[in-house]
Order: sequence, then C-alpha cells, then structure tokens
Amino acid sequence: MSGLKRLVPGGWLSVYAVLYVAFLYVPVLFLPVFSVNTAATPKFPLSGFTWKWYEGLPHTPELLNAAWNSLVVGLSASVLSTVFGILAARAITRYRFPGRRPINGLIMAPLVLPEIIVAISMLLVILQLGLSLSLFTVVLGHVLVCIPYSMTVLTSGFEGFDRSLEEASADLGESAFGTFRRVTLPMVTPAIISSLLVSFTISLDEFIIAFFLTGTEATLPIYIWGQLRFAAKLPGVLALGTLLLVASFVLLSIAEVLRRRAARRTQSEGGLYA
Amino acid sequence: MTAAAEGSAPLAASRPGRKPLLQSESAQGLALITPTFLYALVLLVLPILVVIAHSFWTQHYLTIDRTFTLENYRIALTEPIYRDLLWRSLYISLVTSVATVVLAYPNAYYISFHGGHRKGLWLFLITIPFWTSYLLRVMSWKVILGYNGVLNSGLMGLGIIDEPITALLYNSNSVIITLVHAWAAFAILPIFVSLEKVDRTLIEAAKDLGDGPLRSFLRVTLPLSAPGVISALLIVMIPTVGDYVTPKLVGGKDGVMIANAIQAQFGKASNWPLGAALSVTTMIVVTAMAGAAVLIIRRAARLAR
Repeated sequence: MSGLKRLVPGGWLSVYAVLYVAFLYVPVLFLPVFSVNTAATPKFPLSGFTWKWYEGLPHTPELLNAAWNSLVVGLSASVLSTVFGILAARAITRYRFPGRRPINGLIMAPLVLPEIIVAISMLLVILQLGLSLSLFTVVLGHVLVCIPYSMTVLTSGFEGFDRSLEEASADLGESAFGTFRRVTLPMVTPAIISSLLVSFTISLDEFIIAFFLTGTEATLPIYIWGQLRFAAKLPGVLALGTLLLVASFVLLSIAEVLRRRAARRTQSEGGLYA
Repeated sequence: MTAAAEGSAPLAASRPGRKPLLQSESAQGLALITPTFLYALVLLVLPILVVIAHSFWTQHYLTIDRTFTLENYRIALTEPIYRDLLWRSLYISLVTSVATVVLAYPNAYYISFHGGHRKGLWLFLITIPFWTSYLLRVMSWKVILGYNGVLNSGLMGLGIIDEPITALLYNSNSVIITLVHAWAAFAILPIFVSLEKVDRTLIEAAKDLGDGPLRSFLRVTLPLSAPGVISALLIVMIPTVGDYVTPKLVGGKDGVMIANAIQAQFGKASNWPLGAALSVTTMIVVTAMAGAAVLIIRRAARLAR
C-alpha cells in the first residue's frame, strides 16, 4: 500500500515533467521542421523536403553583414563582461567587505529589470552626451546585461575554491600576481571559458538593447526583425533561426561541461590533481 | 644574461607584490569589485537617474524645457490610452508570472525529489530552449497560433475543427502563452534551489506525526519553498511588464503593452519626457505589485505552518 502511494505521485509527476519539457521544446523544434519544408508558409501537412532556404542564405549580403556585426559585438561583449565578471566574482567569493551585498545586488540588477528600461535609459544618456549610436554603444549595453550571467557562472566556479593552495603559493614566495597566474588561473579557466560562451550567446541573441542602441548597423536579431515584416521571407528566417539555434546549443553544451568540470575541480579534495 | 635579468625581475616584484596581502581584506575586496561596480553605476544607475529627471521635464519640439512639471505623470496616469496599456501590462505580467510559477512548481518538485542522480541533466534540458533566441521563440508561437498556422492547420487536418480558430493569435492570451513559455526556466531554477534546501527530515517528522503526503506537503514543503516561489515570481513579473517583442509580434492591437508606447515616445512620437514618465510609472507600479505579491506569499506561508 505505502509502496503504491509513494509510486503514484512520483508517477504522475514524471508524466507531468515530460509533458512540460515537451511544451518547452515543441515550439522551438518547429523552426528546424519548417526550415526544410518546401512550402513558403509554415503549416501542416508538410509539403516536401528541401535545403533551398538554407542555400539562399549565403547570397544575402545584408545577412552576412549582420552576422559579421553580431560576431564583433558578441566577441567584444563576452570578453569585457567576463573580465568585469572575474573581478567581481573574485571579490565576492574571496573577500568580505562592507557593502558586499548591495554592490552585488546592483551588479546583478540588469537580470531583473525590463530590458526596455535599460535600453531607453542608456539611449537617453548616450544622446545627451552627444555620442553617436553605433555597434560600440550596443557593446556597452550588452556588457551590462551579460555581466550578471558571467557573474553567476564564475561565482559557481570560484566558490569552494581551496584558499590554502593560494596561501601555500604566497608562503613559498610567489607574488600576488604570480599566485593568481600560476595557481588560481589554471583552476578557474573552465569557468572563464564557460562565462565567455554564455555571454557570447546572450549577446548573439539579444534584441531590445541592440534595437535601441545601434545606429545604422544591424546585428543578426535586428536583421531577423526586419525580415519578419515580409511573409515571403519567413522560410529564410526559419533557416537562419535553425542555424542560430544549433550554434547556441553547441556553445552552451560546451559551456555547461566546462562549468561542471570547474565546479568539480575546485570542490574536490584533490584540488588541482583531481 | 638576459635570462638572469628576467629571472631577478619577479623576485624584485614580489616585494611590492606582498604589500597588498598585508592590507585589510575589505580594502582588497573593494578594490577588486570597483571596476564592475563603477560600470554598473555609470551605465545603469546614472542613466536611470537621467530618465527620472527627464520625466519631470517637457519636450518642446527639438529642445527640452527643464522646468519642473508633473504634467507627464498626469498624462501617463489619466490619459485613457496609457492608463489602459499600463493596466493591461500589469494584468499580463501578473497572470504570466502566476501561471509560470504554478506550472513550473510541480516540475521543480519532481526534479528535486524524484530527479535522483539525473537532476543536472533535467535542469540542463530545461534551460536549453530558453537559450535559443527570444525573437525566434516568439516567432515560432506566431507560426503556431496564426490563422493559417500550425495549430489551426493541424487541427483542421485531423478533422477536429472545420475552420481556423481566430481567437488564438493577436490578443492578450497569445501574449500570455508566449511569455509563460519564454520565462519557464527562470521560474524553475529558483524554485528548484529552494526545494533542494528543504530539510528532508522535517518531512519525515511530519509523516511520523501523522500527516499524510498532501498535508505534509502543504504544511512543510510548500511554506519552506516560499523564498524560491517569491524569487521566481519576481524574476518573471518585473521583466515581463516591459516586454516589447511579444506584444509586437503576437499581441496584435488587443495585446499592445506599455513598452510599445514607451518605444513610440522615443521613436516616432519623439516625446522623451513622456516616454521617461511612462517608464518610471511602470517601474513604480510593478514594484508595488511585486511587493504586494511578496507580502501575500509570506503571510500565506506563515499561516500554513
């Protein structure tokens, strides 16, 4: 009896969990499905298999341009946000200082603010200062929204970090910088790479801030946004979306594997040698 | 020879390098966090202050009159278009956040209590769709819910309906469905974390003292996971109130939200102060709503115990 009782809630729950995950995945999976469908409008029944929507992509100069812009913005934003993230995550996990919580709260705030508020407030300041909108201003905005994600990844990598290893290195005469470079850095490298990948993905997908803060240059989401107005362009957008989806999935899987490795490396008994 | 010179350099550098180690912990921590803190201060706090200042000014064609006025707030709160947009945005974000949390809770519970050694995999699976482009996820809902869309054409193909259901797209409901889907991962993670922290022996104790599974869940697990429910609610409620893409793509004219009006003031309408006042009003009202929700949940959790 009690065995049955224990089984049933878990049983129903597991059915629910599977349905819920399906709800999360099905809309996303329509992108690849309709990107290889011959019909120009996405509807059932499927009309036939084709690669033609993908083949059209490399022959669209605006798209290539937008992809290049996204790459430049993504690389700059991910490097900068990771550098800022490293400094802050290190401070948060390693030191106690007054104002630690409110400062951390402020740095994490973009995570819970509506993006439109972040975007328009930066827009106002940039225009007030007489700066012109460009990819550079997009990078400034993206760094701000990427830092909280970098922080999350990096703090989980830095936490549980065995401080005695650093102390040992200092006792053995290594300078603070030397200790960081030769002891700390190798242990946290996976977390750093993971932070780079995560913030690159965020920047690659971010629309609102780029929409407000870019001048004439489009990033990929802005290009997609422009295409969405034309129903005839939809299959091409679906194809592009599928490629972005695959790229995000690959980048994030690598990031997740690295983050776990970092967490294991810093937390296990063996330290560096684990 | 140069090697010797290089070799001595770190030794010399190690002396001044040691000094910071002797300094107080707080000074080092503060020094380390200052660049990031300054970045957030200059690019987030300062801009928000500028927005607040603008909300008290007036736009005169191309120039801005900096005499203090509350006119923008009067317009934001009393003009029917803005008032209705604000109410609708609050309604949509409230329904979305409650629905997201209610739907996410059982899943987070399942992962925490029945996930076994596959917890990490479950969480990873749940976060993957969330990482795909927001724009594209919204667009796929448009494709699904549209007049000639996947759902209508699929249901018609199966013979369940004879003509397309028009109520699916371009209203508040389609916005809510899309947002509930988009924010799922944000709700599951905090609830999962707080469920992980629930002391399992307390549940055992409740059982030993005669509480059934439902009673022990309502009196022990649910109240103890209230912090996770609260953060999940806030993390969904506050950003969704200002969503721009979803209402624009799937909202139609009955699903327009306040962010679309804010964007118009910074774009075509070119009335920055009014746009600023709309932003500030939205932030204040959603904060008040979020605060009320937190109080209600805390109270409920206390009463349940």
